[in-house]
Amino acid sequence: MLRIMLKIKDLKASVEGKEILKGISLEVKAGEVHAIMGPNGSGKSTLSSVLAGREEYTVDGGSVEFFGKDLLEFAPEERAREGLFMAFQYPVEIPGVSTTNFLKTAVNQVREHRGLPALDAVQFLQNMKDKMKIVDIDQSLLKRSLNEGFSGGEKKRNEIFQMAMLEPKLSILDETDSGLDIDALKIVANGVNTLKSPENATIVITHYQRLLDYIVPDFVHVLLNGKIVKSGTKELAYELEERGYDWIKAEFANA
Amino acid sequence: MSKDAEILDEFTSKEYEHGWTVDLEADEAPKGLNEDIIRFISAKKEEPEWLLEWRLKAFRHWQKMEEPSWAAIKYPKVNFQDIIYYSAPKKQKKLKSLDEVDPELRETFKKLGISLEEQKRLTGVAVDAVIDSVSVATTFKETLAELGIIFCSFSEAVQDHPNLVKKYLGSVVPQNDNYYAALNSAVFSDGSFCYIPKGVHCPMELSTYFRINAANTGQFERTLIVAEEGAYVSYLEGCTAPQRDENQLHAAVVEIYVHADAEVKYSTVQNWYPGDKNGKGGIYNFVTKRGICAGDHAKLSWTQVETGSAVTWKYPSCILKGDYSVGEFYSVAVTNNYQQADTGTKMIHLGKGSKSRIVSKGISAGFSQNSYRGLVQVHKRSENVRNFSQCDSLLLGDKCGAHTFPYIEVDNSTAQVEHEATTSKIGEDQIFYCNQRGIDTEAAVALIVNGYAKEVLNKLPMEFAVEAQKLLALTLEGSVG
Ligand SMILES: Nc1ncnc2c1ncn2[C@@H]1O[C@H](COP(=O)(O)OP(=O)(O)OP(=O)(O)O)[C@@H](O)[C@H]1O
Ligand SMILES: [Mg+2]
Repeated sequence: MLRIMLKIKDLKASVEGKEILKGISLEVKAGEVHAIMGPNGSGKSTLSSVLAGREEYTVDGGSVEFFGKDLLEFAPEERAREGLFMAFQYPVEIPGVSTTNFLKTAVNQVREHRGLPALDAVQFLQNMKDKMKIVDIDQSLLKRSLNEGFSGGEKKRNEIFQMAMLEPKLSILDETDSGLDIDALKIVANGVNTLKSPENATIVITHYQRLLDYIVPDFVHVLLNGKIVKSGTKELAYELEERGYDWIKAEFANA
Repeated sequence: MSKDAEILDEFTSKEYEHGWTVDLEADEAPKGLNEDIIRFISAKKEEPEWLLEWRLKAFRHWQKMEEPSWAAIKYPKVNFQDIIYYSAPKKQKKLKSLDEVDPELRETFKKLGISLEEQKRLTGVAVDAVIDSVSVATTFKETLAELGIIFCSFSEAVQDHPNLVKKYLGSVVPQNDNYYAALNSAVFSDGSFCYIPKGVHCPMELSTYFRINAANTGQFERTLIVAEEGAYVSYLEGCTAPQRDENQLHAAVVEIYVHADAEVKYSTVQNWYPGDKNGKGGIYNFVTKRGICAGDHAKLSWTQVETGSAVTWKYPSCILKGDYSVGEFYSVAVTNNYQQADTGTKMIHLGKGSKSRIVSKGISAGFSQNSYRGLVQVHKRSENVRNFSQCDSLLLGDKCGAHTFPYIEVDNSTAQVEHEATTSKIGEDQIFYCNQRGIDTEAAVALIVNGYAKEVLNKLPMEFAVEAQKLLALTLEGSVG
């Protein structure tokens, strides 16, 4: 039987007094891929931020369990160390800090949390070399200041590279496909698939069915105005691509 | 007034009548400052007559000067008559082992990664014979002596190399330069002297760590460095370990004389006691540091990491007199809680084709105030001068302040002077990004701040740089989140 990894129940959240998530329920089991689609401003990024523990979002109700533990109790870094990863829709720049240095700090803090010894420089670089192949990222990029002056595509690739280095249990990819050219899209998708295992799970947030040709979802959910209004299989994604969201909006308004 | 004080008072007020009234046998001068106190200091140090005269001249200037008030710092007025200007160097109480050292201090040492041997030296724990710092210093001195390099305490230099001292003392910072420099010139206690002969490349970093005699140079330190033609030296002052001192006022002077084709690198890490979280206590640090690139193609480079002191007033400067001489200033100044720093540099371009570069990184947290104050001056007859200045401020939180006061005076139209300034905040989004990768907020701040200061930290000698990175993190501990 598949293990339940993430269990979201009636989650409500707001920012600056504005209600954004209006009761979301979702279950993710190990080995699964879930896609979340929905119009701009429907709350997709908010959901991932709330799961990752961003402070400016207030949880107003509901619960989230991660491997049976109350996720909402944890600080953001603890959630990450427990195995939650989020690829940012807009990756942040940190001047003067190379990706390598950044990741060395991250990997070793995560390892410490898991009771593993810190990696020395050689082990770390070896590990990095292996993972670089997965997303075909260039070493020179990793020496530069984190995300500073990176092209849109390079930033997204770097997010997946970080995911590969941190070996999370649950990854939330927030529009990782936007800004990627078709070749890069394939590479990134291929990277995600390579990292996929029966032990981990992925939530893919996207606007385009195209990505789902490469990362094939087990479930597709439609987020509308802070609620999941429809769930289905990957066929739902085709239908959305063809018909847009209006028919769902209408359906939902009538319901 | 106590009986003793009364008697003293009586005596000191009669001093001009009787001349010499301060007991030469005493280990300590009475509080206050007058010509007799200066005579006492000079006599105690067995100084030659000319040096006494030099001190007295400085004192007479000082009396006519006023404490400057233009810097962006606020502090209660210092009572200069309430200070003891001479005490015999006290022997530090020897501890048997590090276990006797204040645990809080040891914790800090650990965080800074200071070696056990160094910890012992700093806290006055007796060290065993093999790695005794005296023997290290002795071999060190022998190597230097073979090259003709002089590196000793200022007092020793006065005795052993009076002609050099006489020639260069005050040649860069005259006695009447400014209020604090005048005070220092009148009463300076001790400090370091360093002389690199013509064409000699000093093979090691000269560090105040290795000085044996001048460990407690006190509050009025005086340093003089001379690099003869074609010489090179890299000099390190201070250390990352926290420094406490009973004396609140510090007024040091550093003078550097760089001859043609010579190069001096001067690096400082300043970590004097900054006061507590509420701004109580802490050192007032009023420092005059200046060097002259006297000959053509001379180069002087200042690098400073300023994390300590309640009040910092400090402008390491370069007089670029030689043609094609080069001046550099790289600075990281961190202020937290109620600390105040007003620091920067002056680049005085006199020589033609002289170049200067200024990189200043201010970091303010808590309720602190952090100012950059810099002057770039190009004289009429200096052609083709170039200067580049980059002044960045980083704010942690919204109760602190960062200010930039760049003064540019250009009197020659061939000069190229560029100034760039930025102010940024550590973003919530940057910290969250780090958190999301498993990095806690403390480590995230350290990472971001060190990234920001990297250009300056890279200028420090390697092992100093690593310690300085840790020091930045430590200074800002608890300032975010
Ligand atoms: N920090 C914030 N302050 C104010 N409003 C916010 C904030 N974050 C999100 N919102 C609002 O919440 C709503 C949902 O935003 P969210 O970013 O979650 O949408 P999204 O579904 O990810 O959209 P997109 O497809 O454009 O990425 C929007 O109306 C947005 O303006
Ligand atoms: Mg979004």
